Amino acid sequence: MTDLTADPTDPTGTTLGPTSAVAVAVAARATPAQWRLLVRKATFLAGAAIIVFWIVCAIFGHQIAPYNPLAQQLLLTNTAPSGAHWFGTDPLGRDVLSRVIVGARSILIIAPLATILGTILGTALGLAMGYFGGTFDLISSRFVEAVLALPSFIIAFLFLVAVGPSTTNLIIVVGFVFTPLIARTVRAAVLAERNLDYLSAARLLGENPARVMFSEILPNVLPAILVEFTVRLGYAVFTVATLSFLGFGVQPPTPDWGADIAASYGNLVSGYWWQVLFPALAIASLVIAVILITDSIEQVLTS
Amino acid sequence: MATFLLRRLGLMVLTLFILSLIVFLAGQVLPGDPGRAILGNLASQSAVKSLDHQLGVDRPLITQYLGWVGGVLHGNLGKSYTYQAAVEPFVRAALINSVKLAVLAFVVVVPLGILGGVVAALNQGHWVDRFISVTGLSLATVPEFVSGIVLIVVFGVELKVLPVTASAGAGASPGSQFRHLILPAIPLVFVLFGYIARMARAGTIESLNSDYTRTAVLKGLPRATVIRRHVLRNSLLPTITVIATQTGYLIGGLVVVETLFNYQGIGNLIFKAAQAKDFPMLEAGILVIGVVYVLATLAADLLLIALNPRLRVGGDSD
Repeated sequence: MTDLTADPTDPTGTTLGPTSAVAVAVAARATPAQWRLLVRKATFLAGAAIIVFWIVCAIFGHQIAPYNPLAQQLLLTNTAPSGAHWFGTDPLGRDVLSRVIVGARSILIIAPLATILGTILGTALGLAMGYFGGTFDLISSRFVEAVLALPSFIIAFLFLVAVGPSTTNLIIVVGFVFTPLIARTVRAAVLAERNLDYLSAARLLGENPARVMFSEILPNVLPAILVEFTVRLGYAVFTVATLSFLGFGVQPPTPDWGADIAASYGNLVSGYWWQVLFPALAIASLVIAVILITDSIEQVLTS
Repeated sequence: MATFLLRRLGLMVLTLFILSLIVFLAGQVLPGDPGRAILGNLASQSAVKSLDHQLGVDRPLITQYLGWVGGVLHGNLGKSYTYQAAVEPFVRAALINSVKLAVLAFVVVVPLGILGGVVAALNQGHWVDRFISVTGLSLATVPEFVSGIVLIVVFGVELKVLPVTASAGAGASPGSQFRHLILPAIPLVFVLFGYIARMARAGTIESLNSDYTRTAVLKGLPRATVIRRHVLRNSLLPTITVIATQTGYLIGGLVVVETLFNYQGIGNLIFKAAQAKDFPMLEAGILVIGVVYVLATLAADLLLIALNPRLRVGGDSD
């Protein structure tokens, strides 16, 4: 292969993107002891604590929130943070703290579901590409490259314009956009397994391709897929938050961090910073929590 | 070498073809018809039909696609539904604005990212390394509009030291234009820094562990010379590819940054075209982004060949 961008053994990770290359290389060798080591890492615990906090908010948000996130108080619009409203109020007099707490729900549903969809589709495609090889692999690899030749965000944007904004559409579009990325990683992991004895044995026994792929290869590349999943989850939060900001996600008045920022950022010049800063910090805390977990997993696996 | 270039160009053409198909098909499955979208709900069915006919959107898909691609190949990107005028001047002006912003971000982030990555690699395992890696990764995953908002709150609203819109207005001096672009460029720098630093770090660690570095150390060269002459030269090669692939990503980030800072770039153009369901404008904008990305990747590959003698000579073997 002369193709610079399609060398599965490329140790510098040009092919897979910086993170996945490490993930694939090391996840294959992960031991149970390493996984146990993970739960003792401070960065992992910090990341997990933040995520658990937001999950609790997502599930019990309406019980925790001091006010109804939809209740408008038209005499209390745009008030600065105070004892009564810790995060202030928005242009309709709604409590920003309550909206931030309840707003965790939409992103914590959309981002993981989109990542799961992308991982399932990408794994199936990657397994088939790596296992069958030949013409099928060649054609699908070119297609994957062509799709990756557009920034995934722009593709998601284009298709969301096509199908219209809704939670379901956001999940499906982001999931589809992640599929080729995950397929590429899984394909590389499968190629590393392809010539091992256990696969030759399975083939000689005459087992059918689907069985070889899903019950022989899949368990062996699962750690790589798991790491890839956590990496993609971080990007999913990024992408979903951004697309919500652009108006393609949850529609008002339902609380949503990205959509709430979009609704209020025009007020920044009036000095109403609390309406956008707190949802922005919520998004930042969530993505950093995912990164802390991803980074800890890599640290443990490479140590 | 020649085979490699031919293969590379062939792949590029294929990529652009599939890209045009994706862009065109996504433009066609848009719900509602353009005539109805332009004329509104109150227009009569016959008026909508006649406008659709005038726009050519009632022809078979294959005819429309061939007409569109044929036009694009002749430099005719179509006519905007919104402005009732050719889209090229809009796309060109927007592209120039975006390039200004992107160049500013790149000029800052490339040296910074490489420096960060190399420093991290030279301190591998040390807290400096962990700090640069985790900070870089965190910055890379915080969406641009989030960091952009924090920057606007701090520098634009509280400190009032920098303008919060990106457009300096018509006829503004280059200095004023530059000042207006500082805040919008920073979120882009944040996102790109993590990737470039990570790549530079990986490349540097790899060449630090290589045989040629061991040989250079063992023959008694000073550490600084080893790093400069042997390590960096090899470690920066993969970084070049990453920088090129980030170009496409950067243009994606521009949609958000340009919207947030109200800047008339290509990102803002496709966002507004999407809102107005102005398909020719949207398709042209996204096609231009794709072409820029493909050309950047190709340029990176050529640069890589120029810098790496191994690829020049033996590039065609496995």
